[in-house]
Amino acid sequence: MRLHGRSIFSGTAQGVALVTTQAISFFGGVDPETGVVVERGHELEGQCISSKVLVFPTGKGSTVGSYTLYRLKHNGHAPLAILNAECETITAVGCIIAEIVCVDQLPIRDIRTGSLVCIDGDVVRFEPPTDNMNNGEQP
Amino acid sequence: MRLTSEENKMLAGGQGKAVQKAMQILVALGNIYGAERMIPVSSVQIAGVSYDNLGEAGLQFLSEMADGGGRTRVPAMLNPAGMDIENWPALGIQPDFAEKQIRVLEAFSRMGVTTTCTCTPYLAGNLPKLGDHLAWSESSAVCYANSVIGARTNREGGPSALASALTGRTPEYGMHLPENRHPALTFEVNAHLGENSDFGALGKLIGEKIEASKAIPYIVGIESTTLENTKSFCASLATYGGAALFHMQGITPEAGFYSLPSEVMPITQADLQAAAASLNDAAGSQVDFVSLGCPHLSIDEIARIAHLLEGRQVKVEFWITTARSIKHIADQLGYTRIIEAAGARFAVDTCCVVAPIRGRFSVMATDSAKACYYAYAKNRLKTVFMPFDDVVRLALQ
Repeated sequence: MRLHGRSIFSGTAQGVALVTTQAISFFGGVDPETGVVVERGHELEGQCISSKVLVFPTGKGSTVGSYTLYRLKHNGHAPLAILNAECETITAVGCIIAEIVCVDQLPIRDIRTGSLVCIDGDVVRFEPPTDNMNNGEQP
Repeated sequence: MRLTSEENKMLAGGQGKAVQKAMQILVALGNIYGAERMIPVSSVQIAGVSYDNLGEAGLQFLSEMADGGGRTRVPAMLNPAGMDIENWPALGIQPDFAEKQIRVLEAFSRMGVTTTCTCTPYLAGNLPKLGDHLAWSESSAVCYANSVIGARTNREGGPSALASALTGRTPEYGMHLPENRHPALTFEVNAHLGENSDFGALGKLIGEKIEASKAIPYIVGIESTTLENTKSFCASLATYGGAALFHMQGITPEAGFYSLPSEVMPITQADLQAAAASLNDAAGSQVDFVSLGCPHLSIDEIARIAHLLEGRQVKVEFWITTARSIKHIADQLGYTRIIEAAGARFAVDTCCVVAPIRGRFSVMATDSAKACYYAYAKNRLKTVFMPFDDVVRLALQ
C-alpha cells in the first residue's frame, strides 16, 4: 500500500513497524538507555522501539520528551522513523533535533506491527506482515 | 507557511547549522498548528536548564547549537538551573553535577543568552508590555505574561524557545492570535481569598476543571490581588490545567474586552478548602524540608521572611529560592544578613522543583500548590501546604 502524509523531518528509512493505538510519552515513558517502553499499562510496555518504524497516533507528556528522543538517537536506541496520525510539539521537535525521519497525517490504522515500511519524504509504502513476523515469534 | 527571503535563507542553512535547525523547528511547528507566517518576538525565556532534567543528551544538543554558530537575536533569559551557581556546595550539590550544570550554562552563554535563571523573568529585568509577542517556556511565566500583563506567548518547550532566540521569530498561531484568546467558561468565586496559598488552591481547582477541554477561564468575584497572589495562581493554574491564559474581571487587562461566557461554574469556600486539603498528604509526619519561592520570591516576600525570622533560629533545612537580581536587592536592604543569621539558606538561580533533591528529604512544607505537585511527581516527597507566614513559623518550631 502507498500512503501520502505530511513530512515533519524529511528523509528515507526502511524497517519493520511497531504499532500502537495509544499516545506515547517519551519522557518517563521510554527508557532512554535501552529504548524499552516503561510506561505502566501501555500497550507497548516492555517492547523495544530501537530501530523500528514506530507508529502511534500522537505524543503526550512533558516537553522534555524531545530531549529523550535525542538521547535515544545518541545511544543508538532511537526508532528508525516515526509515523503519526497527528504530530505535536514534543515529537516534532524531538525528531528534528535528533534527525529522525517523521511523517504525520497518516491513516495509521492501516499499518500492522511486523509490516515492512519504506518511507521516502512524505510517501509511506508498506507490505502486509509475513507470517512469522505476524505472530510475534523470534526465529 | 509563507516565509520571507531572510527566513528562507535561514532554513536553507545560509546562516549556519544552528540557525537552520532552529528554523526547521519553527517551520515544523508552524505547519503542524496552521501558522501562515513567522512573527518577530521581543523576548525569549528558555526552559530545560537544570542538568537534572536535561541529562547528557540535552547538554550535547545545547553544545552542538553553540558550536553551530547560534547567537541570540533578542533578549533571552533562562529558567531555574539545578543549583545555586555561586553557593552550590552549601546546598549539598555534588561536584560532578555542578560541573555538568556549569557546562549547560556555558553553552547558553556562548549563544548570548543572559544566564539569569528564574521562573519570574518579569521580576528580574524582563517585563513585557501589553500586546508584546514573546516565546517563553516556563509555564507559570507564560500564564503570567499572557494573563496578568496581556503579552502573547504560546507554551514553548526548551528547544522551540531557543529556536526563537536564535532567529528572533515564532510561528503565528495559538495565543498570538486574538481569536484564540476568548474566554469559554465562567468561574464565579464566592469565597474569601487572601493568602498566596488560597490562590494556589483556586488554581488547582480551576485547572483540574479545564485540563481536558483547555477552555480559557473567565474568573469573577475576586476583588483585588497582589502581584504575589497572581504569581501563585498562574503557577498552579498552569501546573494543574496546562493553561496559558485566564481572564479575571477587574484584574487582568484583557478581561474587559469580553463578555461573560454563558456556562458558569460556582466556586465556594468549601471547594477551596477541599482543594487545599488535597495538597496536604503528610498528616502526622515530621517536616524535614521547608521551601519558599515557587515561583521565585519577590523582594516583598523576602522582606516578610526577614521580619518573621529576625533574631530567631530555624530548626529545619529551609530554602529561599529567588532570582539573583532580587537576591542582590535583598543583600542591599539587609534582609540576606538577617535570614542567613537565622539559619535559613538562599538557593538562588534554582528551586525545589528542578534541583536534584530526590532521596534527601521526606516531607516538605510550602505555600505553593505547584511545588506540591512536583514534590511528589519528581521527588516523591510528601507535602504540608499552608499559608506563607505559617510555613516560616513551622520552620522555627
